Amino acid sequence: MWRWLHPYAKPEATYQLNQRILPWLAVPGLILLVIGAVWGLAFAPPDYQQFDSYRIIFVHVPSALWSMGFYMGMAIAGLIVLVWQIRTAEWALLAIAPVGAVLTFISLFTGAVWGQPMWGTWWIWDARLTAQLILLFLYLGVLALYAAFEDERAGAKAASVLALIGVVNIPIIHFSVYWWNTLHQQSTITRAVTRLEKPSIAPEMAWPLYISLLAFLLVSSALVVMRLNNEILKREVRRPWAQALLLKNSSKT
Amino acid sequence: MAGVSVGAQMRAVIRRDLRVALRQRSDLLNPVLFLLVVITLFPLGVGPGPEILSRIAPGVIWVSALLSALLGLERLFRDDFRDGTLEQMLLMPMAVEWAVLAKMAVHWLVTALPLLILAPFLALLLNLPFEAWATLWLTLLLGTPVLSSVGAIGVALTVSLNKGGALLSLLLLPLLIPLLIFATAAIEAAATGLSPVAPLAFMAAILVMTVALSPFAVHAALRVSVN
Repeated sequence: MWRWLHPYAKPEATYQLNQRILPWLAVPGLILLVIGAVWGLAFAPPDYQQFDSYRIIFVHVPSALWSMGFYMGMAIAGLIVLVWQIRTAEWALLAIAPVGAVLTFISLFTGAVWGQPMWGTWWIWDARLTAQLILLFLYLGVLALYAAFEDERAGAKAASVLALIGVVNIPIIHFSVYWWNTLHQQSTITRAVTRLEKPSIAPEMAWPLYISLLAFLLVSSALVVMRLNNEILKREVRRPWAQALLLKNSSKT
Repeated sequence: MAGVSVGAQMRAVIRRDLRVALRQRSDLLNPVLFLLVVITLFPLGVGPGPEILSRIAPGVIWVSALLSALLGLERLFRDDFRDGTLEQMLLMPMAVEWAVLAKMAVHWLVTALPLLILAPFLALLLNLPFEAWATLWLTLLLGTPVLSSVGAIGVALTVSLNKGGALLSLLLLPLLIPLLIFATAAIEAAATGLSPVAPLAFMAAILVMTVALSPFAVHAALRVSVN
């Protein structure tokens, strides 16, 4: 596996790989996003209790899930930065953080919009909500710490340490609905998956949700890959391979 | 130096840090005074009604304690970083984690002990029900080492920056939210006659985890800051 991974420590190789996988992420992601949204918003049956207002689930759940998933990705990049000191991983950290922060914000915002009619309040200091808010602060802290250093490599390392410390928060978010009796409901799908049961969510609602989950993953990954390539080009602009590439692209247009 | 034991080196670090701390008395006194002033502001701000005060007392005391801890936190590594002592510390012939632990212990001694002594007085000022006094004291006893050890990570990350202050609070306060939640939950439970054991046990668990693990994070962060 190391022999397979090592070439990507070279920015050029990562850039080429990213360019190759980008269409495979972006195109299906956008298509699935449209399918999931149209199916979920227009064709899925209304909930017996919440009627049409539950439909925000097709944005809320994917963004919340991937806000944690991308945090883990960022933390893994941070681990690689600290252990193997690979520059590409430093830029990956920088590429993931804003995307994750926006996902976290979307999940908080849609949660507030959903909570208003259902719980009668925009915000409540429930364990799940508070932990998710801390996640947003962690993302912002990583970005702020990165930006505060004049030496970029030192900043990336400091941000990596913070990202790794913040991993403590991820299980807290996940288990908060089980550890505390809170207003936020428990996850229907995770419970079914871990117990190998059929989820209690109706299949007509579950399928658009699965599609949205996949779509959010693909689109966010595409954004990360695009950001990472921008970072690589910005840093490597004086290298011959980047100059050749940029000249080729500019002569095409 | 090969013959010097870890214990002796830790004692040396502790003795040196204590001496330095006691020679800069204003640095020690200012956070305590800040805490008192902030606590005084609340009765003026929300009105001196005893019922309101006793209800907000746990939160006010803890938030003020957090803020005053942030105020004095930077001196944990800043001066040592500026005069090069920190580099020497990283070169000591023992695991750096021990030295970090010693420095955190001294920091706890000089910042948290005044707070622990003052706690009953603060409770009196804010009209906290007498049943909750012991719990307040216990939460401070369990919580202040967490402030020192988690704070040390933040200071170690930002020590080489000139504009560390605001960034430090942005990094640390989110990480300290769980502490605040459990501390105030314990005090409120005690004030209403319930058992505060569960949140206190959570605080003890946080204490054990952070004190045991943070020296490693601090070491990693210091290596980034001291290039």
